[in-house]
Amino acid sequence: MTQDPSSFVLKRRHLLGIEGLSPAEITGLLDLAEEFVTLNRQIEKKRTSLRGRTQINLFFEASTRTQSSFELAGKRLGADVMNMSVAQSSIKKGETLIDTALTLNAMHPDILIMRHAASGAVELLANKVDCSVVNAGDGTHEHPTQALLDALTIRRNKGRIERLTVAICGDILHSRVARSNIILLNQMQARVRAIGPSTLLPAAAERLGVEVYRDMKEGLKDVDIVMMLRLQRERMNGSFVPSVQEYFHYFGLDEVKLRYAKPDALVMHPGPMNRGVEISTAVADGAQSLIREQVEMGVAVRMAVLEALARNLPNA
Amino acid sequence: MTAQRPLLLANALLVDPAAGTQVHGGLLVRDGLIADAGPHLAPGAAPEGTETVDCGGRIVAPGLVDMRCFVGEPGYEYRETIASATAAAAAGGVTTLVSQPATDPAVDDPAIVDFLLRRARDTGIVRFHPMAAITKKLAGREMTEFGLLQEAGAVAFTDGARSVTDALVMRRAMTYARDFDALIVHHTEEPSLVGEGVMNEGEFASRLGLAGIPVEAETIMLERDIRLVKLTGARYHAASVTCRDSLAIIARAKNEGLPVTAAVSINHLTLNENDIGSYRTFCKLSPPLRTEDDRLALADAVADGTIDVVVSDHDPQDVETKRLPFAEAAPGAVGVETMLPAALRLVHGGLVPLATLLRALSTAPAQLLRLPGGTLARGEAADLVVIDLDTPWVLDRDDLRSKCKNSPFDEARMSGRVLRTIVGGRTVHAVAG
Repeated sequence: MTQDPSSFVLKRRHLLGIEGLSPAEITGLLDLAEEFVTLNRQIEKKRTSLRGRTQINLFFEASTRTQSSFELAGKRLGADVMNMSVAQSSIKKGETLIDTALTLNAMHPDILIMRHAASGAVELLANKVDCSVVNAGDGTHEHPTQALLDALTIRRNKGRIERLTVAICGDILHSRVARSNIILLNQMQARVRAIGPSTLLPAAAERLGVEVYRDMKEGLKDVDIVMMLRLQRERMNGSFVPSVQEYFHYFGLDEVKLRYAKPDALVMHPGPMNRGVEISTAVADGAQSLIREQVEMGVAVRMAVLEALARNLPNA
Repeated sequence: MTAQRPLLLANALLVDPAAGTQVHGGLLVRDGLIADAGPHLAPGAAPEGTETVDCGGRIVAPGLVDMRCFVGEPGYEYRETIASATAAAAAGGVTTLVSQPATDPAVDDPAIVDFLLRRARDTGIVRFHPMAAITKKLAGREMTEFGLLQEAGAVAFTDGARSVTDALVMRRAMTYARDFDALIVHHTEEPSLVGEGVMNEGEFASRLGLAGIPVEAETIMLERDIRLVKLTGARYHAASVTCRDSLAIIARAKNEGLPVTAAVSINHLTLNENDIGSYRTFCKLSPPLRTEDDRLALADAVADGTIDVVVSDHDPQDVETKRLPFAEAAPGAVGVETMLPAALRLVHGGLVPLATLLRALSTAPAQLLRLPGGTLARGEAADLVVIDLDTPWVLDRDDLRSKCKNSPFDEARMSGRVLRTIVGGRTVHAVAG
């Protein structure tokens, strides 16, 4: 039974991860996001559902893309948005993080959007504040809004998520995007493959609910969606993979490797891309690429998350 | 190129370690391949136009595959070139030579592998395959491009006479190597335990007043590696074990079913620390020669299969680096040309059966590196050696083909030698039998 998206409420205080979200909650968020896609394409993009609310974007890790996406989402819903970028060096100790949380809490925000380089840091902070907290990426743990925007992009292009075969390729070990996507796609009955060199695959990857491949051509065979991941430059040159050349040769997505996927397979990337490292320009800008659409969906999904959480806030 | 005449090696004892057979008969070579072999091939049985060599009852066996040989090209051509190394190899019955990456520049880039293969094609007379480095510049920090290097023709990965001391680097290298089914060949010596040591630690070192290297320098690194193999599943080969304690570690790993193999150098199989005598620098090796007890244990391990491969560990050093006080001299010995005659000491001494020895010298390394050779099976490459088992002779280092003459077997009495070496059906070395 389909629920009316305009009345969907996320009955929880925080969105810390995809872990724990039910298929119904995911579907509710995606349906709500669809409404915002329509809204965002209009000249008048404003709503007033968050009027009077204060949203603080607390980014301990630099991120232009995600931060501006959350900022725009909050502003379009009428919230007062404040951006706080905190220097990495000042928050090395857990104590300082909690101090920051308590300081912020005293300012009575309604929603905190937080990114932090340490896995679990967002949850730690969520325990100390009275407002809602949205995880905008914590270490190598989760990035729930990215997984939701990816799901929305897939659903809009394929009409469904269930029974699709999705290959997630590259640096899975260090990717919070991969972790959130694996959980979400499994919840939504998709088949998930993880493809990468063993040095970039997490221990016991098979137990995360994915089929593991170490060969791109094998792994891409007959997939519907190819999700590429960003390879951090510092992962190259010896520690995890030998060189850019070798990585691109074996694990970079180019037109030849893409041909192993289904003819109508679609290509995704959370950005920013390293062209010529994990993806070729021809594929990134090609007809099968959904990369720009993902950015558009990002704003809509974040609006949906903010609104669905706000409906559950006290005095809502 | 003119077509080769068929060649019949008649009246031979055909020893095939791959098949586990020893039969009297002949072996027919046609178009570079073994066309037929067996007791039915009598001297007159060959087709017309065949060149017949009467082996006089001597041994015909698969040519040797030496998987640990230092060739100085590029960068150290004054020590050895592919031309001189393969000439020495041919004289020693070695039909496949596998080089080490400790050149200048090191073999850490596909372009260098390509260069070596082209040089070997133009100047070599036996088969030649390079191993590539595990880490860039053999520095132990960043792994090399295993995939691209393997595609270029590298047959395995090793940092030569250096150990990768950083366990995390080694773990990642092994993990990455497993994806490419690449073989990691590792020199197991913990440098911090080697310290200033120049020979085996023990009574003899104390008497000579030389700093010693304990066997633990080897066993600690070997233990670490085995645990990393267990963690990563990589194919692993201990490049050169030297002591009894290491054998127990290798045997345990094999019993656990781990993909672990090991080699021993001909020097450690046939010499011991006492051969250093009065500071003979030709016997200064890395890892060092151990005790007689260790040597006997190594020979037993070759006999029972705990050790898979025997290597020459051929490492040419010139006069400038050897004619120095023992502690200051460079380690290393030439050996590719004398490997087989030296190894026959083990056969004559009753320590290792001939077929078992030949398996360790040819079949096992060929299989490990997935190279041709190591067998007398029909249709396989005609890489062969004719061996005289018994003729006594004395080694004169000036007769060696290597550019360097640092042989620990100088003036040693040998029994048995290589009479003929055949690579791909072509005779590359022959002496009057």
